[in-house]
Amino acid sequence: MPDPLQTLEPVTGVGLPALKNEMMLPAVLDPWAGHALYEAANLAKKVPGSKVYLVSLGQKAKLQQVMMTIAQKVSFELVAIDGPASGFTDAHEVAPALAAAIMAIPGIDKSRLLLFGGWESASRGAGATMQILGEILGITDQFEGVDEITVQDDGSFQVLERVEGGKHQVSTCAGTPAVLGWATGNLGEPRNDPQVGMANMRTVMPALQRAKPAKVAAEGVLYGRVELPKQQRNTRIVKDMPADQIAREIIEWISQK
Amino acid sequence: MADEEQQFEQERQSLEVDIACVGFGPAMGGFLTTLSQKLAADSDHPLESAVMTGMPLQVICYERADDPGFGVSGVVTRARGIRSTLPDLDPSQIPMATPVSQEKVLYLLDPVGASRRSLGLRTADAAIKAFRWMLPVDHDALELPYTPDFLRKHDGLVMSIGQFNQWVASQLMTSGLVQIWPAMPVQQALIENDAVVGVRMVDQGVDRQGKPDAGYMPGMDIKAALTVVGDGPVSPVGRQLDERFGMPPGHEKHDWAVGMKAVIELPEHVDLKPGTVFHSFGYPEPEIFGFFYVHPERVATVGIFVPSWFDSPVRTAYRYLQHFMMHPYFWRYLKGGTLKSWGAKSLQESGKRGEPFLAGNGYARIGEGSGSTNVLTGSGVDEAWTTGTQLAESVVELLRAGQKFTRENLERTYVQRRRRSWVEKEGRVAEHARDGFQRGVISGLIGMGLAGMTGGRVSLHLETKAPHERLRSPEQFFASRLSAQELANIRRHCTQTNTPLHDAVMEACGWPAIPFDGKLLITHQDALLMGGKVQAPAGYADHVSFRDAHVCELCGARTCIEICSGQAITPGENGVPAFDREKCVHCGACLWNCSQADANGVTNLEFRAGAGGLHSAQN
Repeated sequence: MPDPLQTLEPVTGVGLPALKNEMMLPAVLDPWAGHALYEAANLAKKVPGSKVYLVSLGQKAKLQQVMMTIAQKVSFELVAIDGPASGFTDAHEVAPALAAAIMAIPGIDKSRLLLFGGWESASRGAGATMQILGEILGITDQFEGVDEITVQDDGSFQVLERVEGGKHQVSTCAGTPAVLGWATGNLGEPRNDPQVGMANMRTVMPALQRAKPAKVAAEGVLYGRVELPKQQRNTRIVKDMPADQIAREIIEWISQK
Repeated sequence: MADEEQQFEQERQSLEVDIACVGFGPAMGGFLTTLSQKLAADSDHPLESAVMTGMPLQVICYERADDPGFGVSGVVTRARGIRSTLPDLDPSQIPMATPVSQEKVLYLLDPVGASRRSLGLRTADAAIKAFRWMLPVDHDALELPYTPDFLRKHDGLVMSIGQFNQWVASQLMTSGLVQIWPAMPVQQALIENDAVVGVRMVDQGVDRQGKPDAGYMPGMDIKAALTVVGDGPVSPVGRQLDERFGMPPGHEKHDWAVGMKAVIELPEHVDLKPGTVFHSFGYPEPEIFGFFYVHPERVATVGIFVPSWFDSPVRTAYRYLQHFMMHPYFWRYLKGGTLKSWGAKSLQESGKRGEPFLAGNGYARIGEGSGSTNVLTGSGVDEAWTTGTQLAESVVELLRAGQKFTRENLERTYVQRRRRSWVEKEGRVAEHARDGFQRGVISGLIGMGLAGMTGGRVSLHLETKAPHERLRSPEQFFASRLSAQELANIRRHCTQTNTPLHDAVMEACGWPAIPFDGKLLITHQDALLMGGKVQAPAGYADHVSFRDAHVCELCGARTCIEICSGQAITPGENGVPAFDREKCVHCGACLWNCSQADANGVTNLEFRAGAGGLHSAQN
């Protein structure tokens, strides 16, 4: 199944690469960031006095589209940062912009902060943004590829991190602050709830209007060349071919690449 | 159900808003854009919410699809209403939009010899071929020397409805004055004492039959002083209102079509100018009209309309779309192209004649479901948009005057605005323009010509029939082409292979097999995968079901299977079709293609509110 991204081409934009027909791309929260949000909301429900802020950097029009969907799912307050949506922003520039926005939240107590994010979000798979963000904020307890958090009675919490071999590493953290870069977690996607959406949307629009532009236009970052991974699609229609032979041919085809 | 709800201990929640809107399409785009403009223009005296003291007017639009850009149609529109609302509209800011640059009407000859042509058409074809040396015939198509005025879109725009809707939604969200919530299907209108008091959302956390399951959440009731119904021709709220309040005398919704289109990246050598528009008729069947619109950056939208008055019970749009693309006139441009997107939707082709009551206590109807489509000019988007703007102007007028949304007040404002507008004037010209198609293609074309040339003063006034009253069995329809034995063999083969009849029947009638190329000519199932992604979120009931299995068992046509745009309805056990929600593109064609109706005209196939549908980046 072709990803819509694969139907588009990278082009040279103003100052940094962009995607041709970028506005045609659907605006969604990536699955890691989505799970991070749902896990945060789930945790906040169990801990009285806690609150979820969603700090997001992207083109304002795209952020609005994202909000239309996720604002119906869980309660949060949006902190929006205006920036390009192309995916060509660099983690070393995104992280300081996020850190500045977090520290500007009125009344934020860094020592009680649980910083949730998608472990591969905003990094094109590099897994770097959350770690850099943690470093900037001085949060040294960092977990990546998280699938589960269990808060203990004493305020400590247990974290399951993905490690090689399909296993989890179990860690216990004494308490906040901590950075958790989420994998896919264990929660299902929450159902749409009009009342949640109604409450969120009252704060979403002012947040978008307040959004400040972030300096993430690749100052000091030079893109020598960008290209999409080559599609390797080769369709052949066969009838009555034994499955074993089909498998052999697929293996042979993959081996040639 | 009440017991089961108690067992799952979930109360139905409710929410109050000022205006609840159902469905986000061009009509709702027009409504919300105009409403936002008017609210913003008078921000010194904001209209206060009646349900949330101190807050601005709470206007919320619920859309079934996962994204406002779900629309599946390339469109050419004169955009008079759209430009009136957005005088500074710059098409280059909307992906895939461009001004119309040239326009041609084509009569397509039959290059394969399989099309079902009447004696009159065969004679005309022979004459065209005989005189092709002196006629503008090119690649088996007669280019009409001029485009009739009523069809011309010379000052208009070629657009993608999906991209246009997405763009409009972005503009609306920027205003912050209205909210659009996708992935929120509305199940029904809430009606109390003949007044609409809001809507009920679809239940979530239910099994395929709609019974409470894990995570059950009854659909919320949204109470509103005004419910704006713009959910298109096949969606449940409009149909519920039709059923509850009836239709005005002489009005009915008998004429339908399924429109199916493909968005295609043209080969590099093709230099068709963006904004080029081809309208066609005559092929693959005389009843099937086609279109070919060229967008910027070497992208084209190519599609066909399969109407309800094309009486074939195996009227598959997908297979016909492939033969249409392979017509020599178009194939010279398309060969070597790549499918980027694909989709289908139902069109309510009764137009003005299918206009329901436009307003009642607490509700108003806009757009295609309100009969705004002009079936003579082949234009619906701009008309739908304009009805939305007319309602928005009326709503603000009533709110400023402190008057309620009663039937009388809405008729005095909205309905009167509509009656005075070009939408009404041109709709009346078109009202009987297509009646002739009830008797055949030639009489239909004559009727259109008469109505178009005389401004509606002369047209054929013929009685129309509902699709289920016209449909016959394959044995009856193909009697002149296939023997009973041939059809029996085809039925046996298709039963054994659990496949629809259409491919086998068409090939037996002389249609050549499709030479699949893996890029543009692909199987129906590949189109579902390559043309977009069907969203079928878990926890919702099947929105297509069959009321009485015994009726399906005895049905000889099963046109629901043949017409299904996504092959979501397939042959099932004991003759009762099976439905696969994960393939349904929500075109709604099955609704009007069920041949089995009860004494009240209610067909055996039930099409309810459902979530999801087909989504693609390049709708």
